[in-house]
Formats: sequence, C-alpha cells, structure tokens
Amino acid sequence: MSNGNMNLTLKVWRQPNAQTPGKMVTYKAENISPDMSFLEMLDVVNESLIHKGEDPIHFDHDCREGICGMCSLYINGQPHGPKRAITTCQLHMRSFHDGQTITIEPWRAAAFPVVKDLAVDRSAFDRIQQAGGYISVNTGGVPDANEIAISKVIADEAFNSATCIGCGACVAACKNASAMLFVSAKVSQFALLPQGQPERYNRVQAMVAQMDAEGFGNCTNTGACEAECPKEISLTNIGRMNNDYLSAKLFREQHVHES
Amino acid sequence: MSDFKQTFNSSLGKKLIMALTGLFLCTFIIVHLGGNLLLFNNDNGYSFNAYANFLTHFPPIEVIAYILYICILVHALYALILTVKNRKARPIAYAASNNSPATWSSKNMGLLGSVLFLFIVIHMGDFWFKYKYTDSVTFKEYRTNLITGATTSADYTPEYKEFEHSVSNEGNMEVVRVKNLYATVSKSFSQPWYVALYVIAMGALSFHLLHGFQSAFRTVGWIHRKYTPIVEFIGTWFFAVIIPLGFAAMPIFYYIKSIAK
Amino acid sequence: MILDAKIPAGPLAEKWSKHKFNLKLVNPANKRKYNVIVVGTGLAGASAAASLAELGYNVKAFCFQDSPRRAHSIAAQGGINAAKNYRNDGDSVYRLFYDTIKGGDYRAREGNVYRLAEVSVNIIDQCVAQGVPFAREYGGLLDNRSFGGAQVSRTFYARGQTGQQLLLGAYSALNRQIHEGKVKMYTRTEMLDVVVADGKAQGIVTRNLTTGEIETHSGHAVLLCTGGYGNVFYLSTNAMGCNVTAAWRAHKRGAFFGNPCYTQIHPTCIPVSGDHQSKLTLMSESLRNDGRVWAPKTPELAQKLRKGEIKVSDLKEDDRDYFLERKYPSFGNLVPRDVASRNAKEAVDEGKGVGASGVAVFLDFAESIARLGEDTVRAKYGNLFDMYLQITDENPYKVPMRIYPAVHYTMGGLWVDYNLMTTVPGLYALGECNFSDHGANRLGASALMQGLADGYFVIPYTIGDYLAGIGPKPIDEKHPAFAQTKKDVEDRIAKLLALKGTKTVDEYHRELGHIMWEYCGMARTEEGLKKAKGMIQELRADFWKNAIVLGANEEFNMSLEKAGRVADFLELGELMVDDALMRKESCGGHFRVESQTEEGEALRDDDNFAFAAAWEYKGDNVPEVLNKEELVFENVKLTQRSYK
Repeated sequence: MSNGNMNLTLKVWRQPNAQTPGKMVTYKAENISPDMSFLEMLDVVNESLIHKGEDPIHFDHDCREGICGMCSLYINGQPHGPKRAITTCQLHMRSFHDGQTITIEPWRAAAFPVVKDLAVDRSAFDRIQQAGGYISVNTGGVPDANEIAISKVIADEAFNSATCIGCGACVAACKNASAMLFVSAKVSQFALLPQGQPERYNRVQAMVAQMDAEGFGNCTNTGACEAECPKEISLTNIGRMNNDYLSAKLFREQHVHES
Repeated sequence: MSDFKQTFNSSLGKKLIMALTGLFLCTFIIVHLGGNLLLFNNDNGYSFNAYANFLTHFPPIEVIAYILYICILVHALYALILTVKNRKARPIAYAASNNSPATWSSKNMGLLGSVLFLFIVIHMGDFWFKYKYTDSVTFKEYRTNLITGATTSADYTPEYKEFEHSVSNEGNMEVVRVKNLYATVSKSFSQPWYVALYVIAMGALSFHLLHGFQSAFRTVGWIHRKYTPIVEFIGTWFFAVIIPLGFAAMPIFYYIKSIAK
Repeated sequence: MILDAKIPAGPLAEKWSKHKFNLKLVNPANKRKYNVIVVGTGLAGASAAASLAELGYNVKAFCFQDSPRRAHSIAAQGGINAAKNYRNDGDSVYRLFYDTIKGGDYRAREGNVYRLAEVSVNIIDQCVAQGVPFAREYGGLLDNRSFGGAQVSRTFYARGQTGQQLLLGAYSALNRQIHEGKVKMYTRTEMLDVVVADGKAQGIVTRNLTTGEIETHSGHAVLLCTGGYGNVFYLSTNAMGCNVTAAWRAHKRGAFFGNPCYTQIHPTCIPVSGDHQSKLTLMSESLRNDGRVWAPKTPELAQKLRKGEIKVSDLKEDDRDYFLERKYPSFGNLVPRDVASRNAKEAVDEGKGVGASGVAVFLDFAESIARLGEDTVRAKYGNLFDMYLQITDENPYKVPMRIYPAVHYTMGGLWVDYNLMTTVPGLYALGECNFSDHGANRLGASALMQGLADGYFVIPYTIGDYLAGIGPKPIDEKHPAFAQTKKDVEDRIAKLLALKGTKTVDEYHRELGHIMWEYCGMARTEEGLKKAKGMIQELRADFWKNAIVLGANEEFNMSLEKAGRVADFLELGELMVDDALMRKESCGGHFRVESQTEEGEALRDDDNFAFAAAWEYKGDNVPEVLNKEELVFENVKLTQRSYK
C-alpha cells in the first residue's frame, strides 16, 4: 500500500548522555503511511537505523494511548506537535505532508536534563509531589466513602485539575520553562476537595518551595502551557495556587512543617 | 530567613511584587491621564499649570510621587531579575521557533517594558526634571477677576531666583504666578520626532497593559469565574485602548495645533 | 509437588477474618528492621509499597518507567467494582463474589474471590480519603454505573480515566512515604533476576536503564507487582514497556507459573492498520449497547469492498450479516467479550473481513443515529467517536466503525497461595502479575479492584506472618547467591550484546506475536498449538543466532532492554502453548475448538480440568512439569453458559 505514503526529512536532536553535548542530525523517513502514529514513524526510522548498525533514536514512550504522560517530543516548535489536546503518541502522520521537514527536539529546561537523545529526566515533577502532593492518610481507618459529600461542581472541577498526566508539555511550551501549570493542577485538586483542607496551606508552600528549588522559570501568564496541555488543564489553576500560596505566606499563622 | 524574606524571594513572591507595583502604576496612570486632560482646556494653560504646580508642591502628593518612582524602579528591577532567572531555566534554546499559541504581548512584556522605561526616562527628564530642577521653564501670571470670572494671562519674570509660585489678591483680582509647563509641553509637541516617540511609547503601553493588567490579577490570585471576565474587559478596553489613546491624543492634538498656527 | 493454597477452613464469609487473626504479627519496634522490595509501581505495587512503609517496614520500590506514576494501570478506563450497594439494587459481597467466580468460568478459588469482594468496599473508602475524584451525583454522593453486563450498578468511575485517578491516589500515598524516608524509589530501573538464597527470596538484581549499572538489592521479602504479559502477542492494548521479565525470571528461580494460557481478548478495539502498528487501542465495551456488529454476507462482497470497488453504502440490508444478532437472538450484540471476539474472528477467517487489511468487522451506529438522533449518540459516545476519528481518520457518524478484538489482559500469572506468596518462600506476586482471582476470564472493572485489594488490604496482613517467622536478622549480602545471580545477569547481557545478526529484536517480537495470535489466540486447536510450539522453538533458536543487539551495557540502550524482554517472551510463549495444549477443555478466555457445545459455545470439562495449572521450570529446553491445584467449590454450583 504505497499510495499516499510520504517521504520526510527529520532533524533530530542526538545526545549520547547528559554529560556529552548533543547536536541536530538529519535523517530521511521514507515511505511513511499517513495512518502511522508519530512514534510509529520513529519506530520505522529506528528499525532502519538498527539494520545499518546505527544507534536508534532514543525517546520516552509507553502506553501509546495518551494517558501515561511518558512521550515528550517538541515537534516543529510545539510540544506534542501541531494538534491540540493530544500527546505525541496520539499524533498521526496525516497531520504532515509529503516532503516536509520535521524538527524533533527534547523538552528544554534546566530542570529537565537530557538523559539521551530525546528522553529527558522529569524526576523534578516527582520530587515536587513528594514534597506535599498528597493527603496524609494511612491505609485503613478512613471513613465510609459516602460520609464525605462533595458537590458535583467541586468534584468535577477537582477532576479537571486531576487529569494532568505529568508529561511536562507545559514546561516545554513555556517561554520561561515554568512548571506552574503542573504544580497548580496538583495543588488545586487537593485544595478544592474537602479531604485536602487540613493540609491545604502547608501543601502549597512545600510544593512551591520544591518547584523553586528545581530551577523552573517564573510564570508570566502567557497561556502557552494551557494551549499545549494534552489534557487542557486550565490557567485558572495557576491563579488558584497563587491565591493559596500568598494567603498561606502572608495571612496564615501556620508554618510549613518540616519533616 | 524571616518569613517575609522567604516569601519575597520565592518565585511567586517576586511575581507578587511585579503585580502589585504594576497595579499601582496602573492607578497612577489614571490620575496622570486625568490631569493631562486639563491640557485640552482652552485657558492658556491655567488649569494645567496650576495642577502641575499642585502636584509638585502638595506634600502628601510628593510622598506618593516618591513611592511611584520606587515602584517604577522596583518593577523594572524585578523584571530584570525574573528575566535572568527565566533565561537560566532554559539554558539550551530550541532550534525550532516557538509555535505555541500565546498572545504577542504576553511573550514580549520585557521588550515592551524596556521601551516604556526608556520613554519614562526621557519623559521625566524633559518635563519633571526641567520643571523641578532647572530654570528652563518660564513663568506665567494669571489674573482672574473674581467678580466676572474672566482670566487673563501674561508672561512673568520672577524677581528672585528661588521663586516657585505665588497666589495673591489685588482687590478683585486673584493673581496666580506659576511655572508655565504648558508652554514647554506645547513647544515639545510641535516637533514631529517627539510626537512619534510618544505615540510609539503609548503603543507599547497599550500592549504592555493588554497583558499586564489581567496578568497581575492572576498573579495575585484574584481569579473568579464571574469577575475575571470583567477584569479582562477593563484591562483590554480601558487600560489597553482608552488610556493609551488618551495619552497619545495630546501630542497629536498639540502637533496639529502647532501646524495650524 | 503438592500445592498448598493455604485457604483457611471454615465458612466462606469468615475465612479472611479468621485468617487475619491467625496470622503472626511483627512487633512494631521490629518492623523497621525489615526491608521489603517492591518491584513495579502500578496499582498493586504503589499501594503495597505505601501501605507497608506506613506500617514501619523499610521499602525499596522499583519501576522501569521514569516515574512511578506511569505504570500501565493508568490506562484503565471503565471503573472499579465494589460491593457497596449504595444503589440499593441488591448488590452484596456475596453477589460480587458469585459474579466474579461465574464470570471466571469457575476456574478461580472461592476463598480468594470472596476476600476480594469483601475488601472491595474498603478500597473505595481509601481512595476517596486520598482525594481520588470519583464521579458524583448532584447530592454530593458517589455515582455508580453498571458495567460489563453486570445486573447491578456497582462500578465507581472517574470519567474515562479511573485507572489514572486510582493510580495517582496510590502514587500520592507512595510519595508521602518517599518524603518520610520510608520508601526509597528507584525509577528507570529494571529487575532482571531474583536472588534466592537458602531457599528463600532475599533480593533482586537490577539494571539501571540510564547507566547500565547492575546492582543487587537485599530484602526480607520480594513483592512482584509487575503486571501482565499480554505483550507476548506483540500487538495488545498493553503499554510498550509491559513485559514478563520479572515474573519469568522468578519462574526460572522456582516460582510456579499459573494458567499461562488464560488471556482475555477484548472485542472492541481499533483494528490494525498496517505492519508498522505498534499497539492497539481499546474502545469501551459500552459501544455495543447501541452499535450493531456486522460483516458483508459473502466473501465476494467483502473483497469488492476491500478493493474499493463498492462502498459500504452500496451494501443493502440483505447483503449484511448481523452475525451476533443472528446467532444469539436473546443477547444479540451484548454477548460476553469472548463470544463477541470469537465470532468476529470467524467472520474474518471466512474472508468476510473489511478494511484495507481485511481483518476487521463493522460496528454500525446508523440505526441508532436514525432512532436516537446524532446528538444523543454524541452525548453517549462522543469521546470514543473522536478517538476513533483521530486514529483512523474516518468519521463514525457517517461510516460504520471498524473493530477487531485485541489482547488486553492476562488472567494467568505466577501461582500464589492465599497469602499471595509464590512457591518461593518470601517471594510474593500481586495484581495482574499473579494468577489468583479471575479464573479463566476477568470481568470488567475488576482488574483495578484486584490490584488495590492485594496492595492495600491483603499483603500488609499476610507478609507479617512470613516476616515474623524468619525474624529481623539482617540479610547477608555476602551470601554467594547474590554474587552468583548478579553474574548470571551479567552473562546474559553479554550474551545478548554479542548478537550481531541480521534481524532486529522487534522483527522477532512481531513474528512471535503472529504465531501466538494465530494459534494461541481466540480459538485454539491441538494441531495449531503443536505447530506453534515448533515454530516458537525455531524462532527462539534463530533469535539467539541472528538477532541484532547494538551498543553497550553502560548506556541507555533501548535495543538491549527490548532484547532481554523479547528473549523471555520467546520462552513464555512456548509455555502458554503447552498450557493451552494440556487444557483440552474450553473455559473463559481459553477456547479449544475441539471442546464446544452444539451451539458453538465454550464447553468446560469440570471432571478433568477443575484445577489451576501451576507449571514448574526444570531447566532450559527441558519440558516444564505440570502441578495441579484442585479447585474446590463448596458454595457455588457450576453451570454452563448460554446466550442464545
């Protein structure tokens, strides 16, 4: 089935490891079906590289259905490529045209160092959540699930924040490499729910402190993060977090508990 | 580290400073525009000159003025600090140009702010500094007949060097002697390059506020499903359209007036 | 070997309570002297690691992904069952137990399944307390829906991403323990072997996927929470990284493998579009509520359609065969997953398949759209239709969807007793990694339930019994087993890296997948399975001669990672075929063509096969030995399914 298949030029960032500088390398992707996903196109290129005895292009990916948040390519100047509300693994080659040149880069941020080629280390996100992105309950000994009534509006709003898949596209898209959309989504989910109230103000302070320590940039409310988020997390979360943070810092008497 | 120091050293704290100083400057430009509207008064500059005099000599206003100058400097300084930090957050730039959808103004606040800062330096040098610290501004004397309300004006030369202003009564006449900033303004605005500088600066102001006003609210955390659209409306129509247009109208008005003469 | 499942005696409803009381406890002050290794951070692993750390044990947790949050539990869409009976519609622990046993075609243990149903209610409480945003009603209480043909509404859900929300809940609990210093998390780290010393699991050998460093880690117990092995079929709905390596390595160290041939094939997946395809995408079963499944009546029509000589709209009603409605008048399009899947395969095998590849049937909404209106259909299935459009570039509102079954879950796994311990003392298996609770077929919304039940509510009790027994003495890492196991791993890596042949690892994987799908997929015959066994053996031999594995160990090396995993799949595949050959009956997801009713339904043979198969590894290229655990049914009566 070669009808409609495409030949493309890829400019791909190659970097053997974090310590060695990288560079853009040009590859040909030939006979690419428009029905392939973007990652399947890279699979094809990699198979041909392996046959030639060359190191395949390393990139992060896992579920390939847009939920694990592992895939992470900056394609022609946009995280997850040109379409809205999808991840790279959900991007199909029919979004490109025959003869096109596609530039593929890793997420760029000081807080996301390159591991190899297009794969970056996003453990900064994990550390931010470890700093306080939880409700401190042990297993067992919790009340019946229906003892806590939560208005549907609040539950839906919390859910909207909770849909974040932690891919880092917000950081990649932001001109300041800021992680505010990610952190605020996590903060918001718990800040909205009644279960999250007891630790609400400690949580936001601890998570913001960790975010700052990781070396992300500052938010200038450009909204690029929201536009590129595969789960369409709203900018409202950022405002909500700012409010909680400033309120915690300036008007509440409690301190961040050190543990 | 004290709580406050820690707060204002955090990324959100620095942003708070940007937002609050920015919002203060927003309130200032409303006042400033209000005063400037007096320039449109066809009274040979009487009300405008009196207003300029009031601004520079009423002590509480002077205090606010210094707060204002500090705000401008802090706003610019923090912008610089944040920009440096933001650059560091992405040490290796992308090869492809950024195609993520975001408004032009939001991506160029630094550039717009720099234009505005430059403008403020020139603007203050030409008016505020000359007015306050040099002799280059001439004086004017206004005589108002308290019965008829009619005002006449004439140039005035102070009798001694330290003269600032005076208000006195001579019978039915109220005599006001003040610096004639109005003349400086109209003279400046008769030069095309100067008018162009102002118009460009007001363009920058428009785009700066188009993003800045609503962004400040977001940074402070004042977001609300019902009120945020109102803030955005005000930010767009009042701060990004009416105010810059109002400011830009003056140099254009005076320029046209100078050609018409 | 006699397998002791250690199911407590006594009435079904009291087994777990009694057992919990009889289990030994570890003194609170001693808990910190024990180290526990948890491999995998999906629902089972994350919940176990967090819960054990909360109790005071020191936990080391491992995942091959870059973050524990990315484990494939995250992809579950539908929901999680719990016998809360919030709906007052007649649900109960016993009913959930009964449905699960029956759904598993009577090939699971009564004791385990009852316990699962029993703790299901605690799971929901736990998740809500953690802040999992389940769907709610306007009154503020939790919403439920009926799922997978269940007669009661017992499924809790969080839009289409229940798996992600539950996993984020468990992940947050795990994060809290990492913050407290009770869990040490190792990401981008793959377990490559279990250290068995003095007959007990005492550690693991791992490879750091970024640097290639091979390390040993010791622990008083090792928990494998490493998911299923559906990727043996190459194409499945599993994530790309899902693999059998941890479980398979454990198997080769003495853990028996239970019911490897039980795989679940989901009928409504988006069909394969070409050889480049890397994975399959599942669409919710709910589509069959309103969609009608059909294929062209004759192979000739189908061929014309495939070649584009005619369009779907050219096929008149008379030219269409609504085969499910025709064969199963009372259940129609809503027959169980395995029946729907098998019939789609039949249509394709008869040459009536559609789409360019011919490996698909239609799922048609035209009638529903005409009856309900496009808006109603959009409200119900809009997101699924969008997903379909995005992947296939075809608009399902205008042309029928094409669907085909895909591998999606494996009921088989490491054999475990009631305490979730494998046949290696100290080695546990939780979640999809074990074989225990779903029998020969898993019901919808039960996988999440089992993973969390094992991690939150079973292992914290049962592990104490073992640990108290062995005592808190530190593990001796000087034991020669550690060095030996590490060396075995290094040798194997060296052997893989020495492969400088002509075929890529993916090519072998794809071939293995074709064999498995063709002969050990939806319908299995003795002849086909025997053929497959030979083919797999040949392919495996060829792999070790002609595969290409590039690069070195001391780097991030995708080729090497894949090679190790595919090498294990090549061994597992043969065991699955052996198991399928041995089980001459049909049950659940395992359909032996030779064993069917006159109506063409799966025909169980309870007299000869009411047992769980537990395969024992005896050495490379030596046949595995079958051990049987007889299944005893004291509470339910075994019946034959019929959907006519």
